[in-house]
Amino acid sequence: MNEPHAHRGAVALVTIVAEAVVEQRLVRDLREAGAHGWTITAARGEGPRNRRVGDLEGGNVRIETLVSHATADAIMARLSADWFPHYAVVAWVADVEVAREDRYL
Amino acid sequence: MPQMGATDTLQLAIDNLLSPPVLGFALGLLAVAIGGDLRLPDAVYQGLSMYLLLAIGLKGGVALREADIGDLVLPALAALALGVLIPLAAYLALRVITRLGSLDRGAIAAHYGSTSLVTFTAALVFLEASQLAVEGYVVTLLAILEIPGIVVGLLLAGRGMNREVPWGESLREVLAGKSVLLLAGGLLIGVLTGPTGYERIEPFFGALFVGVLTLFLVELGTLAGRRLPDIRGAGWGLPAFAIAFPVLAGTAGVLAGGATGMGVGGATVLGVLCASASYIAAPAAVRLALPEANPGYYLTTALGITFPFNLVVGIPLYLMIAREVVG
Repeated sequence: MNEPHAHRGAVALVTIVAEAVVEQRLVRDLREAGAHGWTITAARGEGPRNRRVGDLEGGNVRIETLVSHATADAIMARLSADWFPHYAVVAWVADVEVAREDRYL
Repeated sequence: MPQMGATDTLQLAIDNLLSPPVLGFALGLLAVAIGGDLRLPDAVYQGLSMYLLLAIGLKGGVALREADIGDLVLPALAALALGVLIPLAAYLALRVITRLGSLDRGAIAAHYGSTSLVTFTAALVFLEASQLAVEGYVVTLLAILEIPGIVVGLLLAGRGMNREVPWGESLREVLAGKSVLLLAGGLLIGVLTGPTGYERIEPFFGALFVGVLTLFLVELGTLAGRRLPDIRGAGWGLPAFAIAFPVLAGTAGVLAGGATGMGVGGATVLGVLCASASYIAAPAAVRLALPEANPGYYLTTALGITFPFNLVVGIPLYLMIAREVVG
């Protein structure tokens, strides 16, 4: 029952919630890390630090991208190096079942 | 006669206090104080700020077409010089009266070097209500003062840092940002279309303008109110700076306006431009280029203290100084 990798699909869903001011630069990094597409929605909420200018530049954005696990790891590594230390950014990775998964690999 | 002028200015200051935009701002503050929420939906806020920028640009462009370009040269050079000197002065003043490091001082200097569109707009509305003429080219001065302060502030903040501050990239983003594009684009459209073209859009961009500004200020009141608690823990130096520095920079602006041949109205506007601190273009640029700087300092001083101060006290004060110096 408890076999985390038994049903692991080939596709990972990376979800990033970030202050809107960094949207363009984040998307550029995603592209460079190998993501082919993404969905961006406006988001609201609060984080533990709340050190931001988001109120004036459109609050938060939620960026979702479907990628291979290798790309997901590259994205998370990049976020850890360049984004987490200074900006209001959270990110998580989930295994997902996707229709036509080869489109995302 | 000067006595009359002072009473007159006091009356104007009271009228200013009771004008719909200023009362709208107070309503936003009040809402925060009693735990209410008057924030506009985000898309509406973005839309209204685009409207204000374009409207100011358009009106300025039409006026610029009528203006004598020869009159613009000296005030434009003065504005450029002030755009460099004011952030330098802010950086140095902060070193004297606060314990902030060069990073936060540079970040704050970038804000005070740049300008606040809404303060500028409120000043124009105030002068119009006071029936004082303003030179047609003042919007051009607004555009000139928008950028240099940000660059100087970022460069100052970069001193003593281990890494290179990517100010070039930030500058590109500011230049391609909404505020510069809409303002400069509006100016261009205004110049090209002239009074005849403007007449057709005046009901939307002119007649509705003060109403939209009032709504926008309700939002800014809420934002400013939510920023105010952040000032605790910053010591007395920062609030003192946020009030004293605009008065100094504003006086410098009025003097420069008078010295370069501007009238009372124009010198007041240049004073307001110098006194105001940016809270739209500069925070975005600073956030991207200097993520280590604390927005609790730069946004709170610019939006939480300096903006309301200029709105209520500063604008009539700079007019009073202009009347003494120029009039």
